[in-house]
Amino acid sequence: MNWHSWSEFFYMGGYALYVWGSFGVTAILVAGEILLLRSHRQKALELALNTVKYGKVKNDENET
Amino acid sequence: MINRFNKYKYSSPATFYGLAGRLIPWFYGAAALFCMAGLYIGLVLAPTDFQQSEAYRIIFIHVPAAWMSMFIYVVMAFWAALGLAFNTRMSFMMASALAPTGAMLTFVSLWTGALWGKPTWGAWWVWDARLTSELILFFLYLGFMALQAAIDDPRRADRAGALIALVGVVNVPIIYFSVRWWNTLHQGASVSMTKAPSMASIMLVGMLVMALAAWMYTIAAALSRARCIILERERNAQWVAQMLEAEA
Repeated sequence: MNWHSWSEFFYMGGYALYVWGSFGVTAILVAGEILLLRSHRQKALELALNTVKYGKVKNDENET
Repeated sequence: MINRFNKYKYSSPATFYGLAGRLIPWFYGAAALFCMAGLYIGLVLAPTDFQQSEAYRIIFIHVPAAWMSMFIYVVMAFWAALGLAFNTRMSFMMASALAPTGAMLTFVSLWTGALWGKPTWGAWWVWDARLTSELILFFLYLGFMALQAAIDDPRRADRAGALIALVGVVNVPIIYFSVRWWNTLHQGASVSMTKAPSMASIMLVGMLVMALAAWMYTIAAALSRARCIILERERNAQWVAQMLEAEA
């Protein structure tokens, strides 16, 4: 074990800004992308549902 | 309906949509597990570096993100080429689905690189060949996405985007070999196929586990984005109506 206390862990040998700045921003970006994907899915589902309800549904012939 | 069992079965958006939906939770789950294991190895088990003290721990984010940023672009170009060659709709949709995740990981590699450069080189940024070519990769991703967003007709947008993806792929070997071709401030490869890695094995394991996490995450994110694109583009198709009615 390298660490003797939590404060030592968070201090990162004086490099806290750089280490936690890297890990933190990456975590925020990944979480943000997951949230964006979720809202994208909601919008796409809504769009498809509205099309099915109100738009015309055509036979899909070239299913490739 | 006669040609239900044809060779295009798995390139059909309807089949892909269902298959991807079943696979996504597994890839997210694997990503979470690898990420937790990788963070534990990287932040707890791996020892302090004798030269860089704790600053080196940025490697566990920086290297996997940089690897993925290049790899995703190559995969994107591969799908774009397949789309251009065989005119398969699913190929273009996969290329579009990969771009935002690729751009995000390219940004992560630049950002963590800056935060690593400051304490070790004394500069957030230098116009070194490695850094500059990675920045160009970031702009290629953004260009691909902007071009696709700017063209209303999806078929034309696909072709224009595929062209950027294919032309831009020459940048990837430039990034990879930049540390050998030019005199760069950025260090050379620590991990290579031909010689033993120049780092402690526990550090290497942590890095590889984090790379696996990034890999699993990318697949999950790209598959779920591809599903959104399918719904948007195929919303007039009968299978979408049938599926939505079955679920309602």
